[in-house]
Amino acid sequence: MSLAKRIIPCLDVDNGRVVKGVKFVEIRDAGDPVEIARRYDEQGADELTFLDITASSGDRETMVHVVEQVASQVFIPLTVGGGIRTTADIRRMLNAGADKVAINTAAVFNPEFVKEAAEKFGSQCIVVAIDAKKVSQAGEPDRWEIFTHGGRKPTGLDAVAWARKMVQYGAGEILLTSMDRDGTKIGFDLPLTSAIADAVNVPVIASGGVGNLDHLVDGVTKGHADAVLAASIFHFCEYTIEQAKQHMRAAGVEVRL
Amino acid sequence: MTTVAVIDYGMGNLHSVAKALEHAKLASRITVTSDHHDIESADRVVLPGVGAIRDCIGEIRRLGIDKVVQDVIAMGKPLLGVCVGLQALMRSSEENNGVACLNILPGEVKFFGENMRDSQTGERLKIPHMGWNEVEQTQAHPLWQGIPQNSRFYFVHSYYVQADDAALISGRCTYGVSFAAALARKNIFAVQFHPEKSQHAGLKLYENFLRWDGSV
Repeated sequence: MSLAKRIIPCLDVDNGRVVKGVKFVEIRDAGDPVEIARRYDEQGADELTFLDITASSGDRETMVHVVEQVASQVFIPLTVGGGIRTTADIRRMLNAGADKVAINTAAVFNPEFVKEAAEKFGSQCIVVAIDAKKVSQAGEPDRWEIFTHGGRKPTGLDAVAWARKMVQYGAGEILLTSMDRDGTKIGFDLPLTSAIADAVNVPVIASGGVGNLDHLVDGVTKGHADAVLAASIFHFCEYTIEQAKQHMRAAGVEVRL
Repeated sequence: MTTVAVIDYGMGNLHSVAKALEHAKLASRITVTSDHHDIESADRVVLPGVGAIRDCIGEIRRLGIDKVVQDVIAMGKPLLGVCVGLQALMRSSEENNGVACLNILPGEVKFFGENMRDSQTGERLKIPHMGWNEVEQTQAHPLWQGIPQNSRFYFVHSYYVQADDAALISGRCTYGVSFAAALARKNIFAVQFHPEKSQHAGLKLYENFLRWDGSV
């Protein structure tokens, strides 16, 4: 009898289609977002996260329609990220049926935006997405920094300190992605995940690197994450959500089945 | 066929509540509204809410919704409170340094507290209480009909309801403390979780609400 650890499939959406890049190179078309959302819902996904990776901000309206359609058919929590820069962006996504928005780059450039958003809409719907990369050398104590622009631009911000600051500013949840692991399928960066999860009192979603079901278990048991996010292992039907949950339960992790 | 008013006082995403009610395909008309006449003339009423309690109560009072809710209850119409819609019905909340609520149900809204731990596993419990937790149905109620005992529902909240009278509690949940996940009194049913985000169990609860005549 306790709170279940969540499994969250992530859908990268480009101009209304779900795509999955492998190590930022090859973008493979994985299908229609509404259809995929329904499939994950049927398989028992605990939440869904949509990241809008559409290059042109003029095409963001497409994402609003995707969210509206999904929210009319799928009755589990929806988080939308990508291009959330103003309170008007947040309002638009919440009105379309999103429950939470993930703020990433805009938080780095203007931390006050997170404060403003949390005050206006409540912390429960403000997720701060953190893209972190290891910067310490071998032999040094572990240290990670925040990177923007898909992991290309360093900001000099320490990841643990940044996570603490974002929670102080009102983030209700942290979506933590290891840029070193994203797309590699070799597992989460567990020291990074536990460092952040232990440093803050809000739920942390681990992301980046899932290649098999043991990785999901490790994210919870060794990374201390409250939820685990994965994309490719579910998109290409390597595993169903239900298989993932059965595997986690067998490993002693509380899940919703 | 029945008409439902989902009370809109500018706090939160009502799209999902309306869509979940539509999903049951039982209602002839679902109106998302703050209009007093629309609310009072509906067959049944949902009081949702997300966000900070001070803002919610402030808007409820500013729009005269407090009076409308009292009237709806007095008329015997089924009323469903959801999340902050439950908390708003209580006497007061600890949130925002203390806020007087609508004082319709006896009890307080309290903060979970920092550094909570699970009494059995010792595991640290994060705030907000976010995700799927089990709800023990402590009383039979028309709204629980067809929903298995200890089904999981989706919660997201940092404050919980402590009812003065245990007889009002229809469902319990445990997160560091045992708290009221659902309260019931006559034609009022109010839940801390989000049925519109709780997949099958939640949709079933809305369907039950649409069939409920307000009696127990």
